[in-house]
Amino acid sequence: MEKEAERIGDQLVRNLTGSNFVDVMVVGGGISGIQAALDLATAGFKVYLVDSAPTIGGHMAQLDKTFPTNDCSMCIESPKFVECDRHPNIEIITYTEVEKVEGKAGDFRVTLTKKPRYIYESKCTGCTVCAEYCPVVYPDKFNQGISKNKAIHIYFAQAIPLKPYIDESCLYLQDKTCTICQGVCQSDAIDFTQKAETIEVKVGAIILAPGYEPYDPKLRDEYHYGEFENVVTSMDFERLLCATGPYEGEIRRASDKKHPRKIAWIHCVGSRQVTPGGNSYCSAVCCTYTQKQVILAKDHDAETECTIFHNDIRSYGKDFERFYQRAENLPGVRFIRSYSSIVREDPETKNIMVRYSTADDGVKEEEFEMVVLSVGLTPPADFKRLAETFGIELNAHGFCKVNPVNPMETSRPGIFVSGAFQGPLDIPESVMTASGAASQCGELLSYRRGNLSKERIYPPERDISGEEPRVGVYVCHCGANIGRVVNVPSAVEYALTLPHVVHAEENLFICSSESAAMLAKDIQERGLNRVVVAACTPRTHEPLFRDTLREAGINQYCFDMANIREHCSWVHSKEQDAVNQKAKDIIRMAVARACHLEPLEEFDLPVDKRALVVGGGVAGMTCALSIANQGHDVYLLEKEAELGGAARKIHYTLEGLDVQAYLRDLIKKVYQNPLIHVYTNTVITEATGYVGNFTTRINSGGRDLEIKHGATVIATGAEVYKPTEYLYGKDDRVMTHLELEELIVKGNEKITGAECLVMIQCVGCRNEDRNYCSRICCSESIKNALKLKEINPGMDVYILFRDMRTYGFKEDYYREAAGKEVRFIRYEPDDQPQVEAAADEEGRPVLKVIVPDYILGKKLEINADIVALAAAVVPSADRKEISQFFKVTLGPDEFFQEAHAKLRPVDFGAEGVYMCGMAHYPKLIPETVSQAYGAAGRVLTLLSHDTFTASGSVCSVDEENCLSCGACIAACKYGAIEFYETPRGRKALVNPILCKGDGLCNSICPTGAIQLKHYTDQQLLNQIDARFKV
Amino acid sequence: MSNDSKFTPKLIGMICNWCCYGGADLCGVSRFQYPPYIRLIRIMCSARVDMKHIFRAFSNGTDGMFIGGCHLSDCHYITHGNYYALNMVLVVKKIMEHMGINPKRLRIEWVSAGEGIRFANVMNEFGREIESLGPLGKGERISEINLEFKLNAITRLIPYIRVAINERLRLQFETMEEYEAFYGSEEFARLYDDLIGDKLAISQIMLLLRERSLSTREISEVLGLNQSDISRHLNNTARQGLVRYEEGRWRFALA
Repeated sequence: MEKEAERIGDQLVRNLTGSNFVDVMVVGGGISGIQAALDLATAGFKVYLVDSAPTIGGHMAQLDKTFPTNDCSMCIESPKFVECDRHPNIEIITYTEVEKVEGKAGDFRVTLTKKPRYIYESKCTGCTVCAEYCPVVYPDKFNQGISKNKAIHIYFAQAIPLKPYIDESCLYLQDKTCTICQGVCQSDAIDFTQKAETIEVKVGAIILAPGYEPYDPKLRDEYHYGEFENVVTSMDFERLLCATGPYEGEIRRASDKKHPRKIAWIHCVGSRQVTPGGNSYCSAVCCTYTQKQVILAKDHDAETECTIFHNDIRSYGKDFERFYQRAENLPGVRFIRSYSSIVREDPETKNIMVRYSTADDGVKEEEFEMVVLSVGLTPPADFKRLAETFGIELNAHGFCKVNPVNPMETSRPGIFVSGAFQGPLDIPESVMTASGAASQCGELLSYRRGNLSKERIYPPERDISGEEPRVGVYVCHCGANIGRVVNVPSAVEYALTLPHVVHAEENLFICSSESAAMLAKDIQERGLNRVVVAACTPRTHEPLFRDTLREAGINQYCFDMANIREHCSWVHSKEQDAVNQKAKDIIRMAVARACHLEPLEEFDLPVDKRALVVGGGVAGMTCALSIANQGHDVYLLEKEAELGGAARKIHYTLEGLDVQAYLRDLIKKVYQNPLIHVYTNTVITEATGYVGNFTTRINSGGRDLEIKHGATVIATGAEVYKPTEYLYGKDDRVMTHLELEELIVKGNEKITGAECLVMIQCVGCRNEDRNYCSRICCSESIKNALKLKEINPGMDVYILFRDMRTYGFKEDYYREAAGKEVRFIRYEPDDQPQVEAAADEEGRPVLKVIVPDYILGKKLEINADIVALAAAVVPSADRKEISQFFKVTLGPDEFFQEAHAKLRPVDFGAEGVYMCGMAHYPKLIPETVSQAYGAAGRVLTLLSHDTFTASGSVCSVDEENCLSCGACIAACKYGAIEFYETPRGRKALVNPILCKGDGLCNSICPTGAIQLKHYTDQQLLNQIDARFKV
Repeated sequence: MSNDSKFTPKLIGMICNWCCYGGADLCGVSRFQYPPYIRLIRIMCSARVDMKHIFRAFSNGTDGMFIGGCHLSDCHYITHGNYYALNMVLVVKKIMEHMGINPKRLRIEWVSAGEGIRFANVMNEFGREIESLGPLGKGERISEINLEFKLNAITRLIPYIRVAINERLRLQFETMEEYEAFYGSEEFARLYDDLIGDKLAISQIMLLLRERSLSTREISEVLGLNQSDISRHLNNTARQGLVRYEEGRWRFALA
């Protein structure tokens, strides 16, 4: 079978190279599709990235900021646009629908219809004169129809491709009455005769990433959306918040364009509703995005009163709990737990009356100047057609039906799904599943990896030696992120006064692909040899600009960034004068350094093709299998005697999976895979090396071994908190959920025959010691409650909770449990339940559980036979050791810290090291599987290359000044420095391949003879001097 | 000085890319506010910070210098560079103290890339501290000329001090507390005097005598050291033939 596929594949490659034949087609160009395309393309596959919109970007491009870090959404996404656009293995096909998918995995024939833009993309320069002259104003879709745009327009400023399109409002298209745009177009790029074009392509695999559609509140009259002007959706509000939005970042309401000072958010709009027009599931992201909007609204205007009408607050993700507290603790913010309804609009003021009720005050009505509907996520608009076209099945909610233990797998082999079409997911999950789907495509198409892909080719580098520095300074507004606080034009003017600066200009978004192209051209035309971009942090954007310098034929090290956003406009937003001075100082310092920057040469280091996976649970095994299935040896380390990890104690899931059978199968696959080398009873004793070249020493059952590997995956899992509360450990009727589950499975009669069982949520977390939510416990309690009700329907089951956090489709099970009369009683952290051993009226020994009942307003006493505690998930005991071995970071809750909360959720800051599973944060099995495949996908982006390019910023020795004291050699643990004989005696010599560029040796060398390139004393001292010399 | 509310300090920081810079970025992303008078320089590891950089900043008139790295034992590099940085900073603090510059003007802190709020807190605290200390020199009641003179003297000794640290003062402890305990101990004070203190005093004396001949008392006033120590240094250097005693004028001059 495999052989045949290989043969066919080879034949196809031979026959079709150069035609419409690629490895993978990614359908949907939102963040998930972008990530999938980038991972695949980097891992040696040729990719079509197809989007039905006129640009890639998806919904993330519409968001103002992203939770829980409040990163600027466009700022973090748009560098990915540029990366896709520049990638030699990605072809972006926009404004295109998929019509038909025939064939099978490895060999699909896909029919695409490219909608007419009425623009020759090749002729158009993107000058937008056409849009200026176009007489038709039409609601701007990107801005949610709040502002107007022209019939011919570019979708948004960072669009890829940056070409306009003509929409259905065009007068010519309606009745051929206007051709102004054609008249003004200098490039003759407008063509009204364009017809939809059919393209046939052949692809080996397909990733479906069509995303979601925000819920349309017009489906339910009660919201009066579209009727009352000042009722907006949360997506509308994102645009209102955004600097590129309808009012340039000012929050204004439609009726009178005034700034609303009193705003209400209504949660669960279209979610958690079983009445017509609503959806039964929880949309998973709305609680936290609402908190984000509240924080941002307060940031726009500190006087704004914000009221949030909510049900459970579901802060179940990493760092969400702190984010919630941050929003809640802002002055003038009220979180009100109440059902709420929009009653009427004041005909004069157009204010909105909201009715709600509280335990203290009963039913109340309150007037708001604006109401934001926190709308849920629904399947893509054309989900039925999508399912038919691709021949895949849907679930009951219209989302893609997936394999319960592999959320990337659809019902049709060779077609994978990533992102929110799986069900409501947030951005990091969309990114993880994208990398995961990419990895599974890689498994399928491993045999033809590299056949179609190409390497990027840059123009030759201009020799700038001997030239005086000619510095160009580009100051970015970053929309309003910088521009609203820093006076950008004055910073530009100032930059022009600095020595060696020959050019300075401002830019709205210097990271957009249009600006990048402009920058490359500018460098060439103006003969610049040093570039300073004053914008955001080099930690995220330096690679993009360095790449632009390469495009312009200038050595990428002749670049410096002045961070006037994270280190300036965002941290001193209220100090107008000081912030302008600081921005100028930062620019001056960067220019001072830049003048001394030298072109540097990079090194290609060999990549060891093997991977090490630490931790043999579901995460580690899944990841190891996916890597091994793509032809790489994997060393899988497990500290216990058997594989399986935490899943060994789990027997069934909420969805009904037999976990032990699944685990047995998984373990079997691992042992049967000839490329996976399993080491149980194993501890790591030493880990050294760096990306592509790690050496890890282990002790496996007493034997010491050394493993060499190119990539490392941390999948060390987590542990269960051992409660000290509620008589746990003192009374054997009190147990954790895992213990309860074990007894249920064993058919223990004390459990199955219990008359009354009480579950208490949030034991050991969401408190001062552990300020996070363990995410999985609510689902776990519902799971066990349903199981108990199934075994013994007469049992009284109580769940004492703070917020039920059954996010996503798990909400349906919560409803089912309530339907089966599982009783849910809410408690507050300052009035926790009490458990004491007692006897009931008949003298039977019971556990008396006392809990306040807020609805009845009194204390409730429950006589329970069993108390089950939803004990927290806590980070694994060996986290510190592991983090030190592999030089990776732990977050504030001591789970492993990813490189970027949104866009690099499985990477570490340290290159070549990745993570998955509960080491990252508590998660359920399907989520663990997603992240495990995700980590495998990222590993392949590294291991599929023979070399890794190492930085040119390494040390070198000035022999004249070297005293041959050996201090540097002693200090360099990388062994990068050695003595060698010269005619003038022994001198230190740096091996640039081994040097990691930390620069420790520089500060130890008595004479300063050894210098770290790119951070030389000259460069740094100049920067220091420039700080003080205005 | 602490009452002077108009004093706006000038601060500079050198922070490592992997942890503290990340923390500063997260601080920005989270919009935690701190005083706007610090300027940050990005380096790859806190170990790259050199004594030369610190004294150059003070020569330029910085009111305070901040160094930020990864938490101890969390250095991104296997060299554990942050221990080296700490070691160097503690020696430099001693030198500052010796020179009459308040060592609180030099601060080293560990901030991880996940600790945005901690970065803001550290910046706020450091800002307040420097505000209360007043401007460099004025806060210490050292004249500008004297300060410049002292910084010149120390800058000339830097190569020697690096060797002294490499050879004798490179100490390996696990925790901050251990480091602080050692650097506050009598043992270190003795080592310091032997290795650096005396050399620095002599270097300063020689620099002073270059201008004109001076009495022990005059030297003592400028350097802020007691007269018996000065006499000891002068006698030693006289023995080495570097200075001579001008009989009758009660003064010392360069030989």
